[in-house]
Amino acid sequence: MRVWKPVYIHDSNCVTPLGDGIAETWRQVTAGNSAIKQQDVGTIKNVFVAKVQHEMHRSIAPAATESLLEQLLLRAAEPLLKKRQPNPRTALVLATTKGEIGYLSKGHSAGALLTVLAKKLAHKMNIVTEPIVVSQACVSGVLAISVAKRLIQMGLFEDAFVLAGDEASEFVLSGFQAFQAMSPFPCKPFDKHRAGVTIGEAAACMYLSAVPGRFVIRGEGAINDANHISGPSRQGEGLYRSVRQAIKEAGIRNEDIDFISAHGTATLYNDEMEAIAFNRLGLAHVPLNSLKGYFGHTLGAAGLLETTVSLKAMEEGVLLPTLGFQELGTTQPLQVVRRSSTQPIPFLLKTASGFGGSNAAIIIEKVC
Amino acid sequence: MAELKEELKEKIIAVLNLEDIAVEDINDNDPLFGEGLGLDSIDALELIVLMDKEYGIKLSDPKQGKTIFESIESMSAYIAENRTK
Amino acid sequence: MLTNYINKYCVVAKQRIIVDADLKFTWENGPSSDFFKEAFKHQYAAYPKFFKMDSLSKLAVLAAEYILEGESTDGLALVLINKSGSMDTDVKHQESIQDENNFFPSPATFVYTLANICGGEISIRHGLQTENVFFVADQYPVAMVSAYVDYLLSSGKANRVLCGWVEFYQEKYEAVLYIVSPEGEKRHTEENISFLFEELAD
Repeated sequence: MRVWKPVYIHDSNCVTPLGDGIAETWRQVTAGNSAIKQQDVGTIKNVFVAKVQHEMHRSIAPAATESLLEQLLLRAAEPLLKKRQPNPRTALVLATTKGEIGYLSKGHSAGALLTVLAKKLAHKMNIVTEPIVVSQACVSGVLAISVAKRLIQMGLFEDAFVLAGDEASEFVLSGFQAFQAMSPFPCKPFDKHRAGVTIGEAAACMYLSAVPGRFVIRGEGAINDANHISGPSRQGEGLYRSVRQAIKEAGIRNEDIDFISAHGTATLYNDEMEAIAFNRLGLAHVPLNSLKGYFGHTLGAAGLLETTVSLKAMEEGVLLPTLGFQELGTTQPLQVVRRSSTQPIPFLLKTASGFGGSNAAIIIEKVC
Repeated sequence: MAELKEELKEKIIAVLNLEDIAVEDINDNDPLFGEGLGLDSIDALELIVLMDKEYGIKLSDPKQGKTIFESIESMSAYIAENRTK
Repeated sequence: MLTNYINKYCVVAKQRIIVDADLKFTWENGPSSDFFKEAFKHQYAAYPKFFKMDSLSKLAVLAAEYILEGESTDGLALVLINKSGSMDTDVKHQESIQDENNFFPSPATFVYTLANICGGEISIRHGLQTENVFFVADQYPVAMVSAYVDYLLSSGKANRVLCGWVEFYQEKYEAVLYIVSPEGEKRHTEENISFLFEELAD
């Protein structure tokens, strides 16, 4: 059996409507603030959404020619690039579902291609290898970390910048509305009265390499439900298998997991499916949260953003509460974190699930 | 009413891309979901759009759809009563 | 590193379907939608879901239908790549919301505005509860995909991998799928992978 070299997470950062950078975002999250506001998005009126507000947009890029998404992504990467210069064997892995989809409404479909965005970013970040774009619906962010890890382990790259970003566009909001999946109030993950998702926008960046660092990726998996393109398997089969795969690779026992950063979109079926999968895995008693109440569902960015915030929580030893959650609304028990508390978190399990039957799970251990 | 039912069947076949199914294959009282035409959850959402787009009927509660979309019979009765275009 | 092998391949392009150098189906004229429909019916008749899919998913499912005939799908992972993502369907969804006075986004269209849905459709059709990823790249990234596929096989996360290119944008389509496993004759090398794509050139 082959022994794989471990891959480490050295740094990660995010730009969210709550703050430009992980430090400010963390400060806002621990103060219990949410980015979700009722506002108009294009022709869609009075919708609850977590969007970057005008003042922040201006402060990030006072005279920029780039689009909002490009600015957010580059801004998220900036502090990481200051510490480490890309070399000829550095990968760029970009996770996004819709990228610059806003160009379509202007009749400019070429500008909306994901590879165009990826190449612009690579160029500006001085990364010379061909960028890798992962577009796997709402698991893109988590899966992109795994992709970077796998390719570093194969020796194809020495290190990697993983970027993830998506915008809360009219394109996406109109679709979720047609799906009747939008919550009429800020989303309430795992709650009895949950009624759908709230969409958000954000960008995140993470730097990985085989050089020992602050966190190590112990195991991961990304397994399909093969059930329905827009609904999860009732038994949470793909999520169950993804977590089992991650645990097996990590070589740990299920009970070693200290904390779960769940997907928790607050749709009826998703949260129920997660509860079933975690119960099948014997993880019902493990403290768990969903961060969707702070940032909304940031689609392709969600997994990387939530991992970034969870790594900060591991460093601080803080269990972040699930904003919007009051009373458990799943048929199976879950230990949903309601109030902030302090506790060491050596092992994190991060999961995501999405359209197309996709799921992803990753286990991260705090090294020092 | 017969005309509306006929029209509705044509529209459903077109909108839901029902391959190899003709208007004559759908009986007015056949269940549309489950064993009938084998429609699924996305089809149900698509029928909600059809009601809005073609007949100006807005169904905000998806549960309402369950009884309305039981059959061509129930659907056409609801349309006849509530259409705004 | 253990050596892996290319077991089988399928090319769908220019109104033709080729499996391991054998011409399996041709369709003389008409739009891609007719070709996909006839080719699918030729291979497999009763799967009404096929006709509800968008063009990219039809292409992917069609190619999978031909290459997976008679194949075991046990532990078969899925790795797909294309250039345009779901742009063909993105344009259709955009059209449905472009005019404020004729604003009727369709759920059945919107769900296909994610590139990975075509992989989901293959997974559903063949019951693949396995590793699954969708990449977007201008050209088939041979070195990256082969490293990724080798990882899946040598880590034990997959027994075999169905991988390749599925591109559809405004009536232009091409698919090249192939199966990689730890056993076989044709080695899974960058040269041998590139060779499969030569079918697209002539």
